[in-house]
Amino acid sequence: MIKIIKYVIADILRNKIVIAYTAFLLLMSLSVFNLEDNSSKGLLSLLNIILLIVPLVSIVFSTIYIYNSSEFIELLVSQPLKRKTIWLSLFSGLAASLSLSFFIGAGIPILLYQASPTGIMMLITGLFLSVIFVSIAILASVTTRDKAKGIGKVILLWLYFSILFDGLVLFLLFQFADYPLEKAMVAVSAFNPIDLSRILILLQMDVSALMGYTGAIFRNFFGTQAGVILAICVLLLWMIAPLWLSLRRFTTKDL
Amino acid sequence: MIITSNVSKKFGKLKALDNVSVKCDKGECIALIGPNGSGKTTLVKTILGMVVPDSGFITFNGKNILHDWEYRKDIGYMPQIGRYPDNMTIGQVLDMMRDIRHSKNITPDDELIEAFGLNTLMQKRMSTLSGGTRQKVSASLAFLFNPSVLILDEPTAGLDPLASGILKEKIIAEKEKGKLILITSHVLSELDDLITQVIYMQEGKLRFHKNIEALRADTGQTQLTRAIASIMTN
Repeated sequence: MIKIIKYVIADILRNKIVIAYTAFLLLMSLSVFNLEDNSSKGLLSLLNIILLIVPLVSIVFSTIYIYNSSEFIELLVSQPLKRKTIWLSLFSGLAASLSLSFFIGAGIPILLYQASPTGIMMLITGLFLSVIFVSIAILASVTTRDKAKGIGKVILLWLYFSILFDGLVLFLLFQFADYPLEKAMVAVSAFNPIDLSRILILLQMDVSALMGYTGAIFRNFFGTQAGVILAICVLLLWMIAPLWLSLRRFTTKDL
Repeated sequence: MIITSNVSKKFGKLKALDNVSVKCDKGECIALIGPNGSGKTTLVKTILGMVVPDSGFITFNGKNILHDWEYRKDIGYMPQIGRYPDNMTIGQVLDMMRDIRHSKNITPDDELIEAFGLNTLMQKRMSTLSGGTRQKVSASLAFLFNPSVLILDEPTAGLDPLASGILKEKIIAEKEKGKLILITSHVLSELDDLITQVIYMQEGKLRFHKNIEALRADTGQTQLTRAIASIMTN
């Protein structure tokens, strides 16, 4: 398995897109930290960039990469290798190289300028988001044979997770404004890894005071150690569940 | 060595394989013949585990191949259209396969690489190769690990006469060593002096599986092309 991961990582790191992504993140985070004289303000600006860019690049790049490796996959499947090994190697290679990009591009500046608990939390959730969206991408690409359809699907998924979901939640909140939905909101946030990450980071900052009563509920729940651990477990589930489904699909797929 | 029992496979409404049962033994050189779309490649892919049959099962050396992968150590496969990662060079592809299939018991067989003159092309990227050169790489990879079964899907399509001559000689040499060789091909005249058995498929069904002598006697034709033609017209 390690042999194949090695080839996948070598192939991805040669790819110019990943290098451009790393450079972009690096440029963004350095400029954000240098523009603001208060580096915790810089962290807040960086938060929004990371929550948009990291999922988008992870999901689109991984999907395209899987489709473009169809030859490589076909070649490996006819060799004495387990399908499980091939698929997990592809996943690990993608997850490792995109996490590495994120770590170099955003993680190192964060550690340099703002190595506070908030910064560390941002680094961890960023890494989680990278892996989660690789996992979602490989599920989407294994269930869709057509490349254009597959890429369209993942862009819609990204739109859903980063924009539409919030819209839906707001809509629900306004429609059911008469009911006490604050506690339910905590559960709803588990359905979107991006929201969950945002909450985890915001609660580390003091801006959660701006979120009103719901913010207080979140603070109550996620502010505790048990809450943080639970949230991280949910993020882990977001990582493993799509991967497991895609693995099941891939082991019986006709190539 | 390879036994398929009542293997069926549907792609949507199309029945690619319909209750196919064949038995392939060691030391035979079997030609898999049939019109386009008769299920030859699908049959080969089910044997390799690339396509999972809807019903029926396949055994390799007495073991069911479902959920197994180690049996592929004994198979060299040359696909109809060899598809390789575009940004790798020939040398890298060969090294990678050596790396993946590395084992102490195997002495690599570089004969075809040398015979095809691939040594001088090692630095070329796969995306820049012509169809024929790709076929040469595929053939070299199939023979590289000295497998006891060779599955060649349209091996001579796209090869120039010189290269296809080299490949044919290699196939005969391997056959003499007692290996099982499974060839699908359209160019029947090329198979004449190679094969010992014929499997004929049509619309996913197995029409017959015969020794070449029996086939010649039945049809009264000495040449494979004519023998098959006389069956197709009847």
